[in-house]
Amino acid sequence: METSKRNNFVRTLTAAFPHTIPVLAGFLVLGMAYGMLMLKNGYGPLWSVPMSAIAFCGSMQFVAITLLTTAFRPVEALLLSFLVNARHLFYGLSMLEKYKGFGKVKAFLIYTLCDETFSIVSCVTPPEGVEPKGFYLSISLLHYCYWIVGTFLGGVLGNLVTFNMLGLDFALTALFVVLFIEQMKKSGNRIFGFIGIGAALAARLVFGAENMVLPALAAILVILIAGRTKLCR
Amino acid sequence: MPLTPTEYIIIVFAVALGAMATRFAPFVLFPEGKKPPQIVAYLGNVLPPVMMGLLVVYCLKDVPVLAAPHGLPELIAIVFVVGIHLWRNNVLLSIGSGTILYMLLVQKVFGA
Repeated sequence: METSKRNNFVRTLTAAFPHTIPVLAGFLVLGMAYGMLMLKNGYGPLWSVPMSAIAFCGSMQFVAITLLTTAFRPVEALLLSFLVNARHLFYGLSMLEKYKGFGKVKAFLIYTLCDETFSIVSCVTPPEGVEPKGFYLSISLLHYCYWIVGTFLGGVLGNLVTFNMLGLDFALTALFVVLFIEQMKKSGNRIFGFIGIGAALAARLVFGAENMVLPALAAILVILIAGRTKLCR
Repeated sequence: MPLTPTEYIIIVFAVALGAMATRFAPFVLFPEGKKPPQIVAYLGNVLPPVMMGLLVVYCLKDVPVLAAPHGLPELIAIVFVVGIHLWRNNVLLSIGSGTILYMLLVQKVFGA
């Protein structure tokens, strides 16, 4: 019984791991960059690792460095984090069905639902004979560990790293490009893919790199709801 | 470190609370027992391709298009990734080779 349970766990993890390799590269590099940046600002791994483990929100953690190096403003931190992370509201809507009936595991899946996990889970189905719950849990857990390990390494190694990692974080851009293509293979999806690209591009041009996300999300919501009857034949 | 340990911990939890509110809200608003409104089911269905499009642009938001090298490394690497992915249809190959190409471009070709 115990061994079969363990075999099952190993098999699920083995099935999930290949899907997480691009994120392994991306999160180790970005996590290390974060750990190093925190160290430069006076926060060693003892401080940066808990931030990664508790808040687990990549881009917002970089934004939060400013909040950690100026006056103490917790309310601003809370509001800013909500706004920067607003795109997760949309991820949750897409995962309502997928994460249904997962019991206790579900809370962890939601806690760690990031851009990369959302992208992969909405694109990949668990292979034959692998239980979805364990499969999705493995993906989320691996991503979570990569980010924490990356942060730790960055904080410990500091500037000792000699290997030139410049450009390695392109793995995440490439991941999104590939998963975008996968989504666009279904002809019914194409118009929606273009809506996403179009709204984001317009928001980037009008509002700039710093403030593009919220206007883009608002535009997407308006287009999807207003055009509902036309978009869905 | 500029903040006191207590202040630091409070900021950590403030950031986490903001992030978790966005992650948990949909699941709290539309619990498993109740059937979500049709509009929510519709959004849940169509959002993945929309958000993938947004994420691609979001990743490139800081690329300087007007200054040298005018986003050329990104453009070349993405065209390569799209091409090799449509050709071989192998996710890891596409991402791995595209990333290596991009690193060569920014470190050797366009770098210093």
